[in-house]
Amino acid sequence: MDFLPTLWFAIVAFFWAGYLFLEGFDLGVGMLMKLLARNERQRRVLLNTVGPVWDGNEVWLITAGAATFAAFPMWYASLFSALYVPLVLVLVALIFRAVAFEYRGKAHRQSSRNAWDWAICLGSFTAAFGVGAMLALTTTGLPLDANGDRVGGPFAWLNVQAVLGGLAVVAFALVHALAFVGLKTDGGLRERARRLIGRWLPIALLPMALWAVLVVVPAGKPVPVLLLGVAVLGGVAGWLANRRGAEGWSFAASGLFLLAGVASIFVAVFPVVLPSTIDPAFSLTVANASSSPYTLGLMSIIGAFGIPLVLLYQGWTYWVFRRRVSEAHIPAAHSVTPVV
Amino acid sequence: MDPLEIARWQFGITTVYHFLMVPLTIGLGIVVAVLQTVWVRTDREEYLRMTKFWGKLFLINFIMGVATGLVQEFQFGMAWNEYSRFVGDVFGAPLAMESLLAFFVESTFLGLWIFGWQRLPRLVHLACIWAATLASVFSAYFILVANSWMQHPVGVEMVDGRAVMTDAWAVFTNNTALVTFPHTIFGAFAVAGGFLIGIAWFHLYRRRAAGIDTVDATGHVVVGEDTAHGAGRDKTDHAVWLKSLRIGAVVAMVAFAGVALSGHAQAQLMFKQQPMKMAAAEAACHDGTGFSVLTIGNLKGNGATTCDDVVAVFELPGLLSFLANDNFTTEIPGVNTLLPQYQEKYGTHLPDDPMYGERAGQEINYLPLMEVTYWGFRLMITFGGLAAFAALVALWMVRKGTVPDNKWISRLAVFGILAPFGANSAGWIFTEMGRQPFVVAPNPTMDGSVDQVFMYTAAAVSPGVSAGEMLFSLIALTAVYGALAVIEVKMLVRYIRGGVPSAMPELAAAPPGDGGSDDDTPKDDGDVLAFAY
Repeated sequence: MDFLPTLWFAIVAFFWAGYLFLEGFDLGVGMLMKLLARNERQRRVLLNTVGPVWDGNEVWLITAGAATFAAFPMWYASLFSALYVPLVLVLVALIFRAVAFEYRGKAHRQSSRNAWDWAICLGSFTAAFGVGAMLALTTTGLPLDANGDRVGGPFAWLNVQAVLGGLAVVAFALVHALAFVGLKTDGGLRERARRLIGRWLPIALLPMALWAVLVVVPAGKPVPVLLLGVAVLGGVAGWLANRRGAEGWSFAASGLFLLAGVASIFVAVFPVVLPSTIDPAFSLTVANASSSPYTLGLMSIIGAFGIPLVLLYQGWTYWVFRRRVSEAHIPAAHSVTPVV
Repeated sequence: MDPLEIARWQFGITTVYHFLMVPLTIGLGIVVAVLQTVWVRTDREEYLRMTKFWGKLFLINFIMGVATGLVQEFQFGMAWNEYSRFVGDVFGAPLAMESLLAFFVESTFLGLWIFGWQRLPRLVHLACIWAATLASVFSAYFILVANSWMQHPVGVEMVDGRAVMTDAWAVFTNNTALVTFPHTIFGAFAVAGGFLIGIAWFHLYRRRAAGIDTVDATGHVVVGEDTAHGAGRDKTDHAVWLKSLRIGAVVAMVAFAGVALSGHAQAQLMFKQQPMKMAAAEAACHDGTGFSVLTIGNLKGNGATTCDDVVAVFELPGLLSFLANDNFTTEIPGVNTLLPQYQEKYGTHLPDDPMYGERAGQEINYLPLMEVTYWGFRLMITFGGLAAFAALVALWMVRKGTVPDNKWISRLAVFGILAPFGANSAGWIFTEMGRQPFVVAPNPTMDGSVDQVFMYTAAAVSPGVSAGEMLFSLIALTAVYGALAVIEVKMLVRYIRGGVPSAMPELAAAPPGDGGSDDDTPKDDGDVLAFAY
């Protein structure tokens, strides 16, 4: 197997995993705006746990897409065109969500704040579900012809795997966000997050585990099985840590579940990046979907410099904003009154 | 319905819309970074206020650029997958670099800047705004490298019907990119300059209309204050707007000089690289030296104007040759000369290839829509020039420290904000429409294989995506963008009318006469957050 395409398959998988890990909790926090917070102050606490970082997290999605374009143009072209309708919904959801983050605090009326809350909640849900469905489908297959184009109409992608993947990311994001809220807030929200993790974690991680099993078992390779085992251990450890009130460990274990789970899925499907359900000969692989060695080499140099740097300064951001946010920290809303 | 036509409308609408936010983000971002730098160095209250106020408007606009930029990253694969396959090897790289080297920096450090007031040390906080705004300039370079490659493909060869990168240096130092980059950045500063002038003028006028500022017998301003009616309308407030206006005017004029010089260089390249685009920009059918001031179609033809029905009403002789070659005599080839050349080089009909779908075998029209290229080119120059002239007049009019007490001039200044936006949009519409019928224009200036690297727009669209899907997304995105435009403008207007206190609530709380909060020392205690959503 060629080294460079394999390396870039790993890098693209890394960006997707990083996206799910990071935006996982801010998508979840977005949904919790309506599910967990009980009053205006609690909603603002939730919003401000992710306020400084959500945009940086979202760039992982953009980079996953752009890295796919640069390293695997065929994959980029086939996947995104085949999933045209769900991607439009994801984009609209992300647009509303982004604008809502910025504009919610600037709204004057409670009714507008409420509308922006719904934009954040439904936007987060739709984005999580859509991205989950897309990733599930790129690992389980789409009806692609020899040219890599979808056949069977705009909804040919809609199947059990897509729904499973969508549920997997939504449910994971919720639990991951609860662990994040436990780690980042204080007071009532922190307590309730802990109780909810204890109750819901085992069920919430199930769809993603099921998706992994669906991909890992037919592959019949030992490494993905091992990774899946690590993921399950991560899930169990997260639940136990939460019981003991070790919020940092609970969040880390939830992250471990995700990273090991995603790794097991991507290792299992390798070297196929997008299977065709019509004819395995039409499937896109790291070999037939990749860019030239020259381009991959250039991108590798850029990546070797850029990726560690991103981890460094994004890590620093989390250090700067490491403090817990509680209701007492939230300043009074200020209203903008026209002086002219 | 034709999926290609819908896809083109969608790309045009989403991209032009996205590029309303982008220039303001780039231009205003750098202005804010400079203002904060001056504040950090001089500790003068008015610069803190300017940083906060313009920074708030910057953020309201920035988020819309982020949100609409998401669509840009994915729509090549969604609607234009044949294009993505053809160019991915060379076009994907700058996009990925933009994301990895610029977007991450921009988003992360802007988050640090927004929430870092009073939490980060002053200089670190200042470094954050510089990192974020310079990253946005950097991102412009990468995306313009990608776009310039579509205008003028270099550094590639054809392998199995796809463009494959062979020389990254050539791609990243493409002469088209090197002139387009400054042209675009200066264009962004023109937008920022107009924005500063219009809003600052409005506030200075309102201070005069409210009787706060008056003029003495020599016409010089007598600055007053009225903190009883509206917080923050003190003497510093006058300095905020007057300095903003002057900075804006200087930025606008420097930007226009930069736009004009880089645009001249760009046009000279374009005459060589895309001669048909420049001929269409002039609606020049016959060879000549004159720059058209007014050319009209005789309107009897239905559909696109062709060379059969174009009438040059008034031309400036020699000027076109000057634009192209720096002399007044060399004849510039017109459409009638160029058409046979294109047909000879690239064929008269689309190949009988399934990738062209229903269009296989159709005749190729090498002439871009002349109404669009001709008027796009002229609107760009007119709006740009008017804005720069207005900036000069504005600077002169405020020489005695305030604006005239005149409602209509104030309104003109506010509406003038739109002119540089119009110039930017018109310029992009011109250059993208002028590239048609190609999505990747052939490169006639290179010998050998690069000349054969081109792609017709008709071949670029996703064959598997139905017209219904395209129509759904066109309607959905246009509706969402339309609604968000209303919301953004309302939000901007509210913050603008609120003046500085809208970005500094502590001013409203400060006792009258106090210069506002000087509490800028970093602290890290359990207090209330300095800024929270």
